Amino acid sequence: MTIQIDLEKCTGCSLCVPVCPFGVMELVNDKARVKEGCNLCGACVDACTFDAIKIEKAEQKVSEGYKGVWVFAEQRDGKLKSVAYELVSEGRKLADKLGTELGAVCLGHNIKDVEHLFQYGADKVYLADDPTLADHQEDLYTELLLNLIKKYRPEILIAGATSMGRSFVPRVAALLYTGLTADCTRLDIDPETKLLLQTRPTFGGNVMATIMCQAKRPQMATVRPHVFKKGTHHKERKGQIIKVDFKKEAVTARTKLVKFIEDLSEKVKLDEAEIIVSGGRGLGKPENFQIIKELAEVLGAAVGSSRPPVDEGWIPYSHQVGQTGKTVCPKLYIACGISGSVQHIAGMGTSECIIAINEDPNAPIFQVATYGIVGDLFKVIPMLTEKLKRSRGPV
Amino acid sequence: MNIIVCIKQVPGTTEIKIDPKTNTLVREGVKSIINPFDTYALEEGVRLKERYNGKVTVITMGPPQAEEALRETISLGADEAILLSDRAFAGSDTWATSYVLSKAVAKITNYDIVICGRQTLDGDTGQVGPELSEMLKLPFVSYVSKVEEIKDKHIRVQRMIEEGHEVIETTLPAVITVVKEINVPRLPSLRGSMKAKTAKIPVWTAADIGAEVDKSGIPGSPTRVVKIFFPKREHKSEIFQGTVEEQVAKLVERLEKII
Amino acid sequence: MEYFLTEQQKLIRNIARRIAEERIIPVRAELDEKEQFPWEIIKDIANADLFRIFIPEQYEGMGEGSFALCIAVEELSRACAGVALTYAADALGAFPILLYASEKQKQQYLPAIASGMRLTAFGLTEPGAGSDAGAIKTTAKRDGDSYILNGTKQFITNGGEAEIYTIIALTDPTKGARGASAFIVEKETPGFTFGKKEKKMGIRCSATRELVFHNCRIPKENLLGKEGLGFIVTMKTLDSSRPGVGALAIGLAQGALEAAVAYARQRVQFGHPVSAIQAVQHMLANMAMELEAARALVYATAKTIDSGAKDFTEEGAMAKVFATDMAMKVTTDAVQVFGGAGYMRDYPVEKMMRDAKINQIYEGTNQVLRNVIALELLRRKGLRE
Repeated sequence: MTIQIDLEKCTGCSLCVPVCPFGVMELVNDKARVKEGCNLCGACVDACTFDAIKIEKAEQKVSEGYKGVWVFAEQRDGKLKSVAYELVSEGRKLADKLGTELGAVCLGHNIKDVEHLFQYGADKVYLADDPTLADHQEDLYTELLLNLIKKYRPEILIAGATSMGRSFVPRVAALLYTGLTADCTRLDIDPETKLLLQTRPTFGGNVMATIMCQAKRPQMATVRPHVFKKGTHHKERKGQIIKVDFKKEAVTARTKLVKFIEDLSEKVKLDEAEIIVSGGRGLGKPENFQIIKELAEVLGAAVGSSRPPVDEGWIPYSHQVGQTGKTVCPKLYIACGISGSVQHIAGMGTSECIIAINEDPNAPIFQVATYGIVGDLFKVIPMLTEKLKRSRGPV
Repeated sequence: MNIIVCIKQVPGTTEIKIDPKTNTLVREGVKSIINPFDTYALEEGVRLKERYNGKVTVITMGPPQAEEALRETISLGADEAILLSDRAFAGSDTWATSYVLSKAVAKITNYDIVICGRQTLDGDTGQVGPELSEMLKLPFVSYVSKVEEIKDKHIRVQRMIEEGHEVIETTLPAVITVVKEINVPRLPSLRGSMKAKTAKIPVWTAADIGAEVDKSGIPGSPTRVVKIFFPKREHKSEIFQGTVEEQVAKLVERLEKII
Repeated sequence: MEYFLTEQQKLIRNIARRIAEERIIPVRAELDEKEQFPWEIIKDIANADLFRIFIPEQYEGMGEGSFALCIAVEELSRACAGVALTYAADALGAFPILLYASEKQKQQYLPAIASGMRLTAFGLTEPGAGSDAGAIKTTAKRDGDSYILNGTKQFITNGGEAEIYTIIALTDPTKGARGASAFIVEKETPGFTFGKKEKKMGIRCSATRELVFHNCRIPKENLLGKEGLGFIVTMKTLDSSRPGVGALAIGLAQGALEAAVAYARQRVQFGHPVSAIQAVQHMLANMAMELEAARALVYATAKTIDSGAKDFTEEGAMAKVFATDMAMKVTTDAVQVFGGAGYMRDYPVEKMMRDAKINQIYEGTNQVLRNVIALELLRRKGLRE
C-alpha cells in the first residue's frame, strides 16, 4: 500500500498541496513530498497534471461466498420504524442492481406488520420475536445479528443510524472484522466491481468521500433516518418469513434495563411531522419560542430547534434538529433565526421545502433554502402567523 | 477505581472551506483541540475519581503532536497520559483505531471502566466506543447522560435515546460513551497546569502494545476512501424583497400551494 | 509592557482570564440585576486553585505573594468587579490568620481557605466606626475559657456567605485603640447572626451584610496573637490588601477601556467611526495612560511587598488611591465614549461606572489615605528611601 511521487515528472507546481483534505502534501526543495497521515484517498492523483503521483493498492484477499443485500429493520416496542422501510426501499434498488435477494432482519417482541417489509421490497424477513428481546438489549441483538450473518452470509448490510443502530451495529462489524461506514447519504453499486459505494459528507460537509470495503464482508453502512425516502408500497407483494431459532440460554445480556423514562414533551412528534417550525439563536431568549409555537400551531406543525437554544436550556433536547439531534425530512421546514451551520443542515437539508427567515443576508441557511426572507423575525413571524390564521381559519 | 479515558486530537474547525476560485481546500489557521465530546468523557472520569477515589489514565492514538492534547488533559485532572504513536497506525479507520486502543487498554490491565466521547468532530462515526468494547469483550452502554451509582462492581447509568431515557445497569469493567448532557467540563486548575508542564508522557509504539502491523493503519483498515469530490451546489433560492408586508405576502402565496 | 511574570504567574493569569471570559462575562449582567451571590463562579475559581495563591505551601497553598494575587484579581475584575471583590475580600479575611495566627490555628483554617471551600470575611467597620476605626464598640469579654462577643459590625463584604470571620473587638474598652484584639469567629456559632443584606449602587453580586454578636461565646483559642494586638493586626491586614484593591480598580478600568475602544471603532456618526474624532482619541489616550501608570504603581507596590519589605504603608496607600481614582475617571469616561448607549443597561459600561465608586471609599477612604501618605512623606522628609 504505497503512494509514490515520481520526482522526475514532478515540476513542483504545488497543485497537489491544497487539494489534500488531510493536509499531508508539502513541497520540499521544489518537489512534492507526502507527510505522515496519508489516507490514499487519491485527491492528489486527480489534481496532478503531470502524472507524477501513483498510488498502489495491495491486493486484498476478498472473502468468498457472500451474497444478498440485508437491511436491519429496526423496531421499537413492536412497531417498525420509518427508517426500516426507507432502507428496505433503498436496499431493493441495490439488490436489483446486483441481481440478488433483499433480506430484512427483524429482532424484538410482538412485532406488528412484518409483511409491510415485503410490500416495500424485501424478499425474506429473518424474524426473531421473543419476550427476552422486548427490552431491546444490545448484547442480544449483537449476538443474534452476528450469528445470522455468519449463517447466511449477506454481502451487504445496511442499518439506520439511530441510537440503537449506532450502538450495536459497530459491535457486529468489530466481531466480523469488516468495514462499516456511518451516516451515508448515497449508496451505489460499482458497475465493474459490484462493490457497494458508500458516500458520506466529511470535513463539515464541504467535501464528499466515497468509501469502499473491498475485501471484508459484509460491507456495512448506516444511514440516518429520512435521508432516503420510502419507495412505492406494493400491497400485493409477498415474501418468506424465516423464524430465527436462537437458544435463549446461550445468549445472555450483560446489561439490564432498570426502567425507561419516556420523553413526553413533544405534542407533535418531530420525526414524523410533515411541517416543522424551528427556532435558533436569533430568538434571543427562551420566552421568544412562543412566537415559534404560535406559528407551529396555525400550521399544525412540530416545533424544532437548532443546537444553541438547547445548549442554553431554552428548549429540551428532544426538539434538537441536527447532526447530534434528530434528522428530519418534512414537507416543509421553516428555519427562524437559524444561521444554518453545517451541523444543523445535516439534520434537515433533505426537507422538501425549506424556508429561512434571518436578518443576516449572508447566513448559510439561505444557500439551502427554497424561499427566504432577509428580515427581522420578530416582525416577519407574527405577521406570517396572522396572515395564515386569517386564510386558514382556526386549526 | 481505575478509569481509562480515550481521547482524540482533532482540528479546531472541521469546516474545511473551499476556495471558490480554485476549487481547492483552504486549511490555514486551524489549530488542534481535544475533541469536544471527549472533554465531557474526561470530566466524567475525573468526577468519578473524586467520588470513588481512583486514578484517571488518558490514552490517545495519534501523531506526535497529539501529546499537547494529552498534557491538557492533565491540567484538567487526569493523573497519567499515554500516547500511542507509530507510523504503522497512520490512516487507520475505526476498526484499526479500536484495535490499537484495545491493545493499549489490555496492556494497562488494571482498570474498572473505559470512557469515550460519543463521536469525533472530524469523523463523527461514533464507532470506536462500541468496536472497542467488543475487542475488549466488555459490556457496553452508549449515550450515557448520567452515572447514577457505582457499587460492588456494578454501575447504573442513564442513557439518552430518541424516545427518552433508559436506566441501565451492568457489571464493571465496562465501556461507556457519554453525551454532552452529562456534565459541564471544568477549566484547567493551577496545580493541574503545573503538573501538566512537567508530566512525563510515555509513547507506546506498535511493538510496545503488541499491535500486529497488518491489523493497524491502512493495511488493517477494512474500509478505504476511494474518492474525494466537491459536491456541486446547484441550488437556487428565491429571496423575497420589499417591505415586510410584501415579503410575507409573497411567502404566504407560495405556502398556500404547498400546505 | 513587560512585567516579567514567572511561568506560574503566567498560568495564574491565563486561568483567571479563562474563568473571566468563559464563566463570568456571560452572567455578569444577570448577577448584577438579581444581586445574586456568584456561588457557581466561586466554585470554578476554587477548582482552578486560585484560592491557593495567597496561602503558603505547607498549608496546601501555592505560596505565591502579593503580585500573583494582584494578577488574579485584575483578570477577574476585568470581567466583573463584584466577583473580583468576593475573591479579594476572601484574601482580606485570611490575612489576619496568615500574619498573626499560631501554628495550630494556621493548620486548622488555612487548608480549608486554600481549597476555596470555606470563604472568609474581615469584620472591622461598625455603624459608628468607619474611617474612625478606633471608635469601635464591639466588645470581647473574657469569661473563663471563652470570650463573649457583643456588638454589631456593618458593611461587611462576604457577610453571611463566608464561614470564617476575622473580627476586631475590644477586650479592654478602657485602653481605647490599644484595647482591641483580633478573633476568629465561625458561622453558626450561637449568638452570631447576620443583619440585612445591603442594597448597593454597584458590586451588587457581592454580599454586604451586618454581623450581629449577641452574647456570642467563642473559645479562648480563637484569639489571634495577643490581647491588645487588634489594631496592629488591622493596620497590617489593610496594608497587605491595598494592592489588591488597586488591582481590582485596574481590572475594572481595563474592561471599561476595552469596551470603549471596541464601541468607538464601530459606532458610525457623520460618516465615520467616532474613534476617528480627535476629541474621542484624546479621551481614550488619557484613559490608557492613566491606566498604565496605575498598573505600574500597583505592580511596583506588590513587588515591594513580595521582596519582604517591612513597611509599605505609604506605597500601599498610594497604589490604592491612585488606581481607584483612575478607575472612577476611566469608567465614567467610558460611558461618555459610548454616548447614549453607555447609559443603557444593555451595555456593560454603566455597571462598571457604578462598580468603580466604592473603591474610592472602602479600605480607607481616599481622603484618609492622602493623610496617611502626607504623614509618611513628611516623616521621611520627602527623600527617597
